[in-house]
Amino acid sequence: MTTLLELFSVAAISVGAFFFFAGTVGLLRFPDSLTRLHALTKADNLGLGLVALGLLPRADNTLSALKLIVIWALVLLSGASTAQLIGRALRRGRK
Amino acid sequence: MSVLPVLDVVLASLVIGVALFTITARDLFASVVGYVAYGLLLAFVWIRLYAPDVALTEAAVGSGVTGVLLITAGKRLGALKNAAPEMRPGLSLKILTGVLATLVAGALGAAILMLPDPPPSLAPEAAAAASGAGAGLKNPITAVLMSYRSFDTMLEKIVLILAVVGVWSVGADKAWGGAPAPLRQSRPYAPMVLLAQTLAPVGVLIGIHIFWTGADAPGGAFQGGALLAAMWMVTMMARLAGPPRIDAQWLRMAMVAGPAVFLVTGLAGGVLAGSFFAYPPGIAKPVILAIEGFMVLSIATALPMLVAGPPSERPDQ
Repeated sequence: MTTLLELFSVAAISVGAFFFFAGTVGLLRFPDSLTRLHALTKADNLGLGLVALGLLPRADNTLSALKLIVIWALVLLSGASTAQLIGRALRRGRK
Repeated sequence: MSVLPVLDVVLASLVIGVALFTITARDLFASVVGYVAYGLLLAFVWIRLYAPDVALTEAAVGSGVTGVLLITAGKRLGALKNAAPEMRPGLSLKILTGVLATLVAGALGAAILMLPDPPPSLAPEAAAAASGAGAGLKNPITAVLMSYRSFDTMLEKIVLILAVVGVWSVGADKAWGGAPAPLRQSRPYAPMVLLAQTLAPVGVLIGIHIFWTGADAPGGAFQGGALLAAMWMVTMMARLAGPPRIDAQWLRMAMVAGPAVFLVTGLAGGVLAGSFFAYPPGIAKPVILAIEGFMVLSIATALPMLVAGPPSERPDQ
């Protein structure tokens, strides 16, 4: 059971790290701000979510596990909102 | 070979790289963004140095609140630049500033390089003092802040109030007593409102938690207060609440509450516990937590007032 959980952790964190990697490549390579924003939010939402998911079995107790989920939820909220704000600022700048 | 030293070197190089970007960026906004990133990286450095309390402060105050402060200041500077282009600093002023900054950095660097080995330290003395009078607190940092160097901690809050007074006094005479101009949006914008409505309750809870847990674990009054301040700023930015009038009684009371309660307790310590800023043994922890509670109030009101800026409306409006 522990080996399975370890495997799950490693797999989830690796996939999360891949999303961060892909997001960073997108941030550096995409042509304009809107597409870069798109790449960045994928890294934040999915990457951090998977890393948090992978860390869940390794948490000391239920409270720390809950904290991990709350951190992810807060990043989801702030990421989505700031993406909206930056997107609007961009659209206004173009007009 | 362990991977941590490599990560440390990468982190240190990143900090220096971002610092260079911050001072060489031609665009003011880019420079501020660089400064915020620099603060966040510095928070990681503090974590690697096993100083989570300092890391929390750096992230909340050094990066977060100062970042907002610099962005608003930059916006005001931008408006000023369009109005009066001749008011931009000249070349000689820029060189003078650069030379002064280099001198300060050089003096700091020289002081660190010329430290005797082992460097002189007040840490053992502070630890002894903290475990004496600050007994009952499991977090040694809070014990040192509130018990060993309580006078400094109180003066820090007075500096904050002086800064707010300085910002307020920049306003026009006829605006005195009025409210500062609203932050950012001219009218509510749905995503910002959603962010403020969802984030503020959670943030307030976390802020109070960080203050409360500061007695026994990393955290404390400044970090918690800065978080509460940030939540107030978010609600002001979303236009859910306007900045208060600067002559509001509750605002001024809240701002001086922290240092005032601290000072009164310190004076009472002189009578009840034998020396200035000494706490009566046995009830030291509740007394310290009470002082810290009022300091949280002061920090949570002073920081947003710094960001809100000078009063801009006439009092009769």
